Amino acid sequence: MLRLALKMLYGDVAKFVMLLGGLTFCALLMTQQSGVFCGLMLWTTSTLRNIKVPIWVCDAKVEQVNEVVPMRDIEVNRVRSVEGVDWAVPLYWGLISARLRDGSFQPIQLTGLDSATMVGRPVKMTAGNIEDLRLPNAVVVDQIAIKKFKRKGIDLLVGDSFEINDKEARVVGICYAEQSFLGQPYVYTTYERALEYAPPQRKLLSFVLVKPKDGVPAAEVVERIRKIPGISAFTDEEFNDRTIDWYIKYTGIPISFGTVVLLGALVGIAIAGQTFYLFVHENVRHLAALKAMGAGNTLLAEMVFLQAFTVGTMGFGLGTGLTSIFGNIFLKVGEPPFFLPWQVLAFAGSIIVFICLFSATIGLLKVIRAEPAIVFR
Amino acid sequence: MSENRSQIAVLTRGVTKTFGRGDNAVRALKGVDFDAQCGELIMLVGPSGCGKTTFLSVICGTMKADSGSVDVFGTDLVHLGGGKLTEFRGRNVGFIFQQFNLIPTWNILENASIPLLLQGQSRRKAQDAAAKLLTEVGLGERLDAHPRQLSGGQQQRVAIARALVHEPRLLICDEPTASLDAATGHKVLELLKASACREDRCVIVVTHDSRIFSFADRIAEMEDGVVTGVHNSGEYKAQYV
Repeated sequence: MLRLALKMLYGDVAKFVMLLGGLTFCALLMTQQSGVFCGLMLWTTSTLRNIKVPIWVCDAKVEQVNEVVPMRDIEVNRVRSVEGVDWAVPLYWGLISARLRDGSFQPIQLTGLDSATMVGRPVKMTAGNIEDLRLPNAVVVDQIAIKKFKRKGIDLLVGDSFEINDKEARVVGICYAEQSFLGQPYVYTTYERALEYAPPQRKLLSFVLVKPKDGVPAAEVVERIRKIPGISAFTDEEFNDRTIDWYIKYTGIPISFGTVVLLGALVGIAIAGQTFYLFVHENVRHLAALKAMGAGNTLLAEMVFLQAFTVGTMGFGLGTGLTSIFGNIFLKVGEPPFFLPWQVLAFAGSIIVFICLFSATIGLLKVIRAEPAIVFR
Repeated sequence: MSENRSQIAVLTRGVTKTFGRGDNAVRALKGVDFDAQCGELIMLVGPSGCGKTTFLSVICGTMKADSGSVDVFGTDLVHLGGGKLTEFRGRNVGFIFQQFNLIPTWNILENASIPLLLQGQSRRKAQDAAAKLLTEVGLGERLDAHPRQLSGGQQQRVAIARALVHEPRLLICDEPTASLDAATGHKVLELLKASACREDRCVIVVTHDSRIFSFADRIAEMEDGVVTGVHNSGEYKAQYV
């Protein structure tokens, strides 16, 4: 009988397509929008993965990694003096304008690394050598810079140059870096040269990057650094969570994406729920005939739930399949951001299950209430 | 007429059924006394709204009577619980509806095998039995056809095959010829009479169609919620048609 229940579902092609379309659209909207949201949240913390260190030290007022409150250079030595610190190096990190050779401007994320150790260097070089940063006016740019410059008609290659704050910046290497939240390209140089490029200010140190001694827990060192007046410290995981929390709490991003996800769920409930109800409603006479012929309520419930879950599973599969196609295209193009953790799939799956349960239950109540005698009317 | 006529198939006494409450209450059955015997084809006739279909629903166990007794092959349907009543219907009652009630998305083989599938028989066994009966009613070449591909008469033959496939003892037919032309209706009744009127089986037909009265062993006349008289078909036709 269950096989025949599925035949009943597939046989009503118009309703089946409508149901499948509604659930597919619902799953697509929920997973695709959640994927873009998660990708965006990932972008907010890309600096933490591009500059991979165990502990970040910053001004006490800093709330998240994309916020820079400059500190005095002396803070590096104060951090170095904390017990359990293996090494501590300065980092310049700021948004600044680059002037291209055609006279146009391009905002860049200038990243000044400690010239002795190159701590925070890009993970992957695609051309040139990071050590060449020690050469005069040398910078390393990421793949996003290449793409952005190209959009302005400039093919940036190793050996080319542009200006930062009226000073020459010569490209000695090209690296791969995760895109930042604002989408500006990363331009790496040494800390000292970054201070020359940066507009003059009394304080210029953005962060102090720290590694604890072997065997000393990072959290313990963080606690000790926090005792220094005026500065704060976070483990990279802590800074990651804090940054995402900040964006969720203080920006409209979750509300915007959440609204679309909610609409997706509501549209799914409305379309799929209504169509499934209509499907059951139109089949009530047939189901009542089965009831008259000896089908119990349990069997009818099994049939209705099987129909609902079959179409739900297919809709979820198609919706998430389409999302993964979109996601792959997004990731190839580089934007919009996209990241699909399993939790999103589980969430979307639960909503689809809820929609199926809801519509099947509503339909089933009608079937259970239907007297088998209606077949004589 | 069968030799086994003395065995009572359906016996009802004082059956009442009221729909609605208060001022809107409609008393559909007002104490129906009725009996049908094994091997008999009995027709229930009467004007529209006299309670025929309600009474049919009560004796086949798809509707509960408010009061009175309903005994079908020795089983008291009034006191049978929901699950047991469903099981009783599944095993003992075959239905032929005015609108056929074939499931349009299933082919006729699947439609005809439903009662056996509901009894838990394997698909293969159920479909073998259904195919045999469909062949007997002249549809052996069209087992894969869907109901919408068949004429009204052919659909009713599928419904007959479905009603008989599990060999029920009570066959309930509600206006089986109402959607059919005279010739097809005649053939359907011939089929019913031939295949259903066995000594262990009883056929009850509700109808308005005077053209088929001659197939009845007896005709029970209903009016205003009660059985007003029972006649043999010749007597009834001579008197009323």
